[in-house]
Amino acid sequence: MTEGDYRDQPLRPYVLTSGRAQPSRNWIGVDTLLVAAPGADPLPVTASRQEIALLRLCGGLLSVAEAAAHLALPVSVVKVLASDLMDSGRLQTRSRAAERPDAALLEEVLSGLRDLG
Amino acid sequence: MDSATSADRRYLPDTVQRSVKILVLGSFGVGKTTLIGSVSEIPPLHTEEVMSDAGVGVDDLTGISRKTRTTVALDFGRITLNRRIALYLYGAPGQQRFWDLWEGLAEGALGVLVLVDTRRLEDAFDVLDQLERLERLPYVVAVNHFPDSLAHPVEELREALDLPPHVPVVDCVAPDRSTSLTALTTLTDHAMRVLAARKAPS
Repeated sequence: MTEGDYRDQPLRPYVLTSGRAQPSRNWIGVDTLLVAAPGADPLPVTASRQEIALLRLCGGLLSVAEAAAHLALPVSVVKVLASDLMDSGRLQTRSRAAERPDAALLEEVLSGLRDLG
Repeated sequence: MDSATSADRRYLPDTVQRSVKILVLGSFGVGKTTLIGSVSEIPPLHTEEVMSDAGVGVDDLTGISRKTRTTVALDFGRITLNRRIALYLYGAPGQQRFWDLWEGLAEGALGVLVLVDTRRLEDAFDVLDQLERLERLPYVVAVNHFPDSLAHPVEELREALDLPPHVPVVDCVAPDRSTSLTALTTLTDHAMRVLAARKAPS
């Protein structure tokens, strides 16, 4: 390891999540796919800038890690924010790659990769 | 103002229902992000996580300006394989204590591509050591050839890395899309064999 993969910086991300480090839905992972729920109520005026930005970004389908990268927020913070937005019915999730792929899925991945070659 | 349209390449097609992931592990400078970038449909994305020894969420209010925390980088890319499936490639530092930061990153992964630089073979030992402990995770060793790499016979590398005989070794040139794809198909093929062998009656 050299400094290219990590560095030190003063950063206090949990301020953004009202001090919480764990999302209320603890199965949300880096690869959970997020998309805004159609026809949901608008966010209350008390919503944080980060919540607003996340919900807006989720106008299309993308993963938690992608949302974190686009918003320049740590994944752990996006998980908490996404979890809150799901609790209030504004965000939907689609997939979590927590299940090891079965033979049929592996076959599909293999054929997809071969099509690219 | 962000608006979601199919033309916005940040987004997956709305038909995608399932994400699959492969971890690309290796030491710094071994070419993880280059390999990911060579096959990804989006420019590789970058996110960082804060590493803290103390319980996360517990924040001391002393020494705010002096205290620093270590952040660890995760670079990743994406391939939409078909209407239904998106494959994510996560490049992370080799040591498990770093990729453990992204809770569940290895959980449910299709497998691991261990990227190795023959000029610094010893860097791969740590990664391989911990993969042996995660025995259920299929992995393939991809040897990234740099312009000044010496050509080593596969058997020599296998011996130097003390690899079990069933672990495939593939050659790649990380910036080259076709060799990166070959590494990924080799891993997927290997994962299928591992799964089949596990299911077969012993």
